[in-house]
Amino acid sequence: MNLLLLIGAPLLTAVAVLFSRNKQQVKWISLLGSIIQVILAFVLLFAFRQERAENNTAQMLFEQNYKLFDSLNINFHFGVDGISVAMILLTSLVVIAGALVSWNIEKMTKEFYFLLLLLGLGAYGFFISLDLFILFFFLEISVIPKYLLIGIWGSGKKEYSANKLALMLMGGSALILVGMLGLYFTAGHSFDILALSKTDIPVNIQNLLFPLLFVGFGVFTALFPLHTWVPDGHSSAPTAGSMFLAGISMKLGGYGCLRVATYLLPEGAKEYANIIIILSAIAILYGAFATMMQKDLKYINAYSSVSHVGFSLLGIGMLTQTAITGALMQMVSHGLMTALFFAVIGMVYDRTHTRMVGEMGGLMKVMPFISTVFFIVGLCSLGLPGFSGFVAEMTVFMGSWENADAFHRIATIAAAMSIVVTAVYILRATGQTMMGPIKTESHLQLKDAAWNEKLAAIILVAGILAIGIAPGWLNDLLRPAAEEIMNRIAGK
Amino acid sequence: MNEFFTLMKSELAVTAIIFLLLFIKIGKGMKNESLLSLVQVLLLLNFIAGFFFNKTGNLFGDMFYTTPLIAFQKNILNLAVYLISLLCSDWFKKTGHLPEFFMLMLSALLGMFLMISSSNLLIFYLSLELATIPVAAMANFDLEKKRSSEGAMKMILSSAFSSGILLFGISLLYGATGTISFPEITAQLDGSSVQILAFIFIVTAFAFKLSIVPFHLWTADVYEGSPMAVTSFLSVVSKGSVAFIFITVLYKMFQPMQDMWYTLLVILAIATMVTGNLFALRQQNIKRFLAFSSIAQVGFILVGISSNDYMGITAVVYFVLIYVFSNLAAFGVAAVIAEHTGKENIDDYKGLYKTNPFLSWILALALFSLAGVPPTAGFFGKLFLLTAGGAKAAYWFILVAALNMIISLYYYLRVVRAMFMDKNDNPVEPIKVNPVVKLALVICGAGIIMIGLLSWIFEYIKTLH
Repeated sequence: MNLLLLIGAPLLTAVAVLFSRNKQQVKWISLLGSIIQVILAFVLLFAFRQERAENNTAQMLFEQNYKLFDSLNINFHFGVDGISVAMILLTSLVVIAGALVSWNIEKMTKEFYFLLLLLGLGAYGFFISLDLFILFFFLEISVIPKYLLIGIWGSGKKEYSANKLALMLMGGSALILVGMLGLYFTAGHSFDILALSKTDIPVNIQNLLFPLLFVGFGVFTALFPLHTWVPDGHSSAPTAGSMFLAGISMKLGGYGCLRVATYLLPEGAKEYANIIIILSAIAILYGAFATMMQKDLKYINAYSSVSHVGFSLLGIGMLTQTAITGALMQMVSHGLMTALFFAVIGMVYDRTHTRMVGEMGGLMKVMPFISTVFFIVGLCSLGLPGFSGFVAEMTVFMGSWENADAFHRIATIAAAMSIVVTAVYILRATGQTMMGPIKTESHLQLKDAAWNEKLAAIILVAGILAIGIAPGWLNDLLRPAAEEIMNRIAGK
Repeated sequence: MNEFFTLMKSELAVTAIIFLLLFIKIGKGMKNESLLSLVQVLLLLNFIAGFFFNKTGNLFGDMFYTTPLIAFQKNILNLAVYLISLLCSDWFKKTGHLPEFFMLMLSALLGMFLMISSSNLLIFYLSLELATIPVAAMANFDLEKKRSSEGAMKMILSSAFSSGILLFGISLLYGATGTISFPEITAQLDGSSVQILAFIFIVTAFAFKLSIVPFHLWTADVYEGSPMAVTSFLSVVSKGSVAFIFITVLYKMFQPMQDMWYTLLVILAIATMVTGNLFALRQQNIKRFLAFSSIAQVGFILVGISSNDYMGITAVVYFVLIYVFSNLAAFGVAAVIAEHTGKENIDDYKGLYKTNPFLSWILALALFSLAGVPPTAGFFGKLFLLTAGGAKAAYWFILVAALNMIISLYYYLRVVRAMFMDKNDNPVEPIKVNPVVKLALVICGAGIIMIGLLSWIFEYIKTLH
């Protein structure tokens, strides 16, 4: 399959949106574009499985290499392994759900969809890039759309949040940039991930560059203590913006931490693994406890995201094959789950015009569909078997337990304890908003989800269930890629 | 004789236009509109002609030296002048002495051409003066405005001061080496203290022209007082040409002292970036804002220059090319708004997107490009400068530069925020943009988006020698 289609489709859609005449056209073109993206993602999945079934064991499939800046050895080098395929699948689902829930955006519709599509484009490009320079290019593309989405269509203290997000992410990028140039000059002027993975980089340079790259990407994925943009950014963003931020953008960081920092600098990863574990265990517990204190639904989900993303960083820090597979599963699972959570919160807010848990109650009676989805996503978040969250967290814990020493055991136990806290805040939030008597008169007249919202929710729920009930296919996709990374770490 | 015409063709073309304008002026004269169209067409032809017959060679006993790369640098300046003639059309039509203005501007351009091509301290000094004095007269062109005269006065005084320092440096160097030709000086350099003193004086003069901190104090006042056409000329054409000759002087003439000037450049680059950025944070007037931002940009150029290899030259030329489009787009939008409404403050730009979406998008693109955010060309420009600067494995230096990019993003976003997000009860009313200006803005916008992605432009610059 030609991977350029994954960049071409959103790009063409975005250009078409720019030239469309009215709001109806904009929406339908975007929806059509997102459907094409989903189709492409599934075609990619099946083509990938087909190739693997035919015993094509190349590390990267569908490789394409075009010269860009030849004299600097910068190339458009694309290719996918199982991790990229899973992430692309996640992106396409979130994009279509995001396009659907934004159906009623009245303010500057054209610009809104244009920026959404641009954000998606950045993510696709990022996940298929095998050249650090191009990877960085696509990573940065998504910063400005995020800023504008929050700043223009957001709510609350949106300017502050938009600024904070843009500056913190750019700060992360600055660290990545330095780390990237460091790699470039140590490894004989190459940005190519595959070539870099075969070069021996001196240990002292690895120890110097690893923190730069890991922390740089870590900012994107809410590495404690650099997570502070997450609550503000997510809560101020418009619904689709939050979905993209939490569902896709935070995954860019996790992917980068693994593919760039850990894979290319294995000695550095070993050196700093314990610090990563401590930080992510703190993030998991801190996120969970902070969530308990929140009264605003979006803040609840934002802080719980910090906690959940901590699991994927914990998995990376554990440096075992199972834990890394689990970390990747958690990325996919959390992407779907949190996007769905923000979508539902958006739906509730559009109707009740409040996000405060205390001001709602008994919504199950007036909007059964939305409430059911709310329950599903809540249960997924607290790790109930049958949903994706359970599979992912379980895999992380199993992988973590493979490290037999006391330090890793304690960290694993501490992280596992957060599940109890998660149960408390999830059950409280769902119980107070959905169950009980209706608190406000006006809530009696609320309508249930419209077709577009139902469709968006169904798509994401289907994703969650597909992982939760039959995790085998995702495991097949991720495990060989994780093995490749482990081989590099083990020095094979 | 034939060589004289091919090697000096850029200079001769500009001189021809100057004389044509002179004859028009002392002859019957022309209406501003038709004269402006004529000049625009001539400048366009001049720009196109700049691509052809570029050869390597020297004239006048090694005083004048040109290569395809130098011809390309001159053509970047040609392009910038052409774009300025389009972008400031509104102001040109109203101004009283249009032929004189263009004569001055093109004389300055001629001076810059000779300066870039100079291979001898004498012609270097003369052409530098030719490139400076007309600009001071141009700065005074808003005759009824007091600020304009004030700016011109500051400019001429600081220029006089800096040429004094330059002359002192040159005379010391001549005293130490007994020659004024660049290659011969290089052969004589041995790092004696007189030579170091001369070197410091010469670099100081460059620092004045490039507004490198701590010699930047004239910049903001002059930019603010001058007419927008002059401000954009100063910030793009002047800066670009001096950066080019600065590279030649450092890489060729002072090559034996490279360890010394590397340290010096690192210190100057950091000071310039940090100061420019920190001062830009607090500015309210868009011209002062762009003045400090251009100081910060010069800091980044210094990062690229510090590499001391061919990558450094390529990255700087490439960056200046992108900078022409980005900065002129920003100044162009500011000029349109100032010309139609007289508003020059960032607060006045609040709610601009509601009334003038086209201008807002162009300005936003320009600012993103200046900030170095992809997919704009500025991203590639900045990144290659940092790549060039990183060649010496001074990662902390790159880190400081990269962190400065964040500060700069903050203040560029301030303008974007004002345009797109802030509410305003009486925003700038919808402006009907003159088609010529619109064309120029579209060219700039297209340049900002395309130059980075069209990688052959960079490769082309790299092949020039």
